[in-house]
Amino acid sequence: MGEIEGTDIEGLKRGTELVKRGFAQMQKGGVIMDVVDAEQARIAEDAGAVAVMALESVPADIRKRGGVARMAPVETNEEILEEVSIPAMGKVRIGHEAEARILESIGMDMIDESEVLTPADEKNHIDKRDFDTPFVCGARDLGEALRRIDEGAAMIRTKGEAGTGDVAEAVRHQKAIKGGIRKIQGMNTEERRNYAREIEAPLPLVEETAELGRLPVVNFAAGGIATPADAALMMRLGCDGIFVGSGIFGAEDPESMGRAIVEAVNSYDDPAALAEISRNVGGGMKGRSKESLSEEEQLQYRGN
Amino acid sequence: MLAGVVGVQGDVSEHQAAFRRAGEELGLGVETVAVRSSGTVPDCDVVALPGGESTTISSLIRREGIDDEIREHVGAGKPILATCAGLIVLGRNDDSRVDSLGLLDVTVERNAFGRQRESFEAPLEVEGLDEGFHAVFIRAPVVSEVGEGVEVLAEFDGDPVAVRQENVVGTAFHPELTDDYRIHELLLRGQDD
Repeated sequence: MGEIEGTDIEGLKRGTELVKRGFAQMQKGGVIMDVVDAEQARIAEDAGAVAVMALESVPADIRKRGGVARMAPVETNEEILEEVSIPAMGKVRIGHEAEARILESIGMDMIDESEVLTPADEKNHIDKRDFDTPFVCGARDLGEALRRIDEGAAMIRTKGEAGTGDVAEAVRHQKAIKGGIRKIQGMNTEERRNYAREIEAPLPLVEETAELGRLPVVNFAAGGIATPADAALMMRLGCDGIFVGSGIFGAEDPESMGRAIVEAVNSYDDPAALAEISRNVGGGMKGRSKESLSEEEQLQYRGN
Repeated sequence: MLAGVVGVQGDVSEHQAAFRRAGEELGLGVETVAVRSSGTVPDCDVVALPGGESTTISSLIRREGIDDEIREHVGAGKPILATCAGLIVLGRNDDSRVDSLGLLDVTVERNAFGRQRESFEAPLEVEGLDEGFHAVFIRAPVVSEVGEGVEVLAEFDGDPVAVRQENVVGTAFHPELTDDYRIHELLLRGQDD
């Protein structure tokens, strides 16, 4: 069936908050895998990924190469988009509205305004409400998460420390988000108002989050997840799903590792199943600890 | 009454909440469970296959042995609701990437409206509901062929988007994403008869 003529159908609305947040809800319980070309995208889809994230090189390689990291070439995004039947997402630099418009124009399903790339604007993030395409953004704590949601993000992911294979920062960020929510649940209206001012997010969003007891959008884990056990750990911390960057195609056997991480996300609370899943997946990515990086080398401090 | 939502991937908690609210509306005590492994579906009075990615869901339910339990559930005439990806998994399709169950006699076309930017919300008339239903379509499929014994409950732009075959109800849209639980009520009512 062809594209619908919007004008022929009364009451049809695209790009609404419901439609954008709903897209993110459909990704829950899933694994979104970083891929750099169509071949990797095919492997990811066959391994059971719920979506692929197109980028020029995985975060571990971005680190090695240095220099300015930008949106992947349009051809790379398109090649990946055309290869898979699952959603294809693309990364743009923080604050780079023009890159985001390009990805929206070629039809990428979601845009990641990502600290893994070199920020284009030190102070401001993209006004994401203005887009029909949903966005995902990274956060290190509740304040950052709520600022991004206020700007229109339909999904939040932990920043973690991408490209390290060290899950510690993702754990820290998820616990900070959850701890922040517990904190505002214990506050009265006056305290919540002060807190909202402090984190520069609107009070109604703080109230809504406190009432729900969770972020009002889907909350994924990202940054340093390298093994099935890492994925299970993040699910146990209350994440809705997992992004894996260098952890799949940096592993010895990407296909087995991809499939094992998908299964681990489903069986995260079943230790015997996790043990079985973790057998014969080969070596994980080499990785380096966050402690071995200087502050300038760390990506999580990009964006605000 | 126990409502099981196949929980290997997708918007599972939304379906659980919808069943609970529909139960309250009907004055039925409904408990819900997310089904992520085998052994639970046989205890369920009603089951839902949620929205998500049909490629992932079909592969995980087979790995976990939930697929055969769904076959038995439907074979026993118990009600099941399949939305979006769930409809793709429950019906038939020509895509080798999805291992569908063929328990609903329809052919389903994946991503029939296009990609996410073509996703939309729109009012819909649904057979069996006295007022219109606000439907959310996300990278939605449509039913391209309807078998005998399948009733079309709703159409959008000429294509079937909600169907029923005895106690099996399938929708291309997401009744679990809005505050209108009438489609979940239909399923619970079927069980009450």
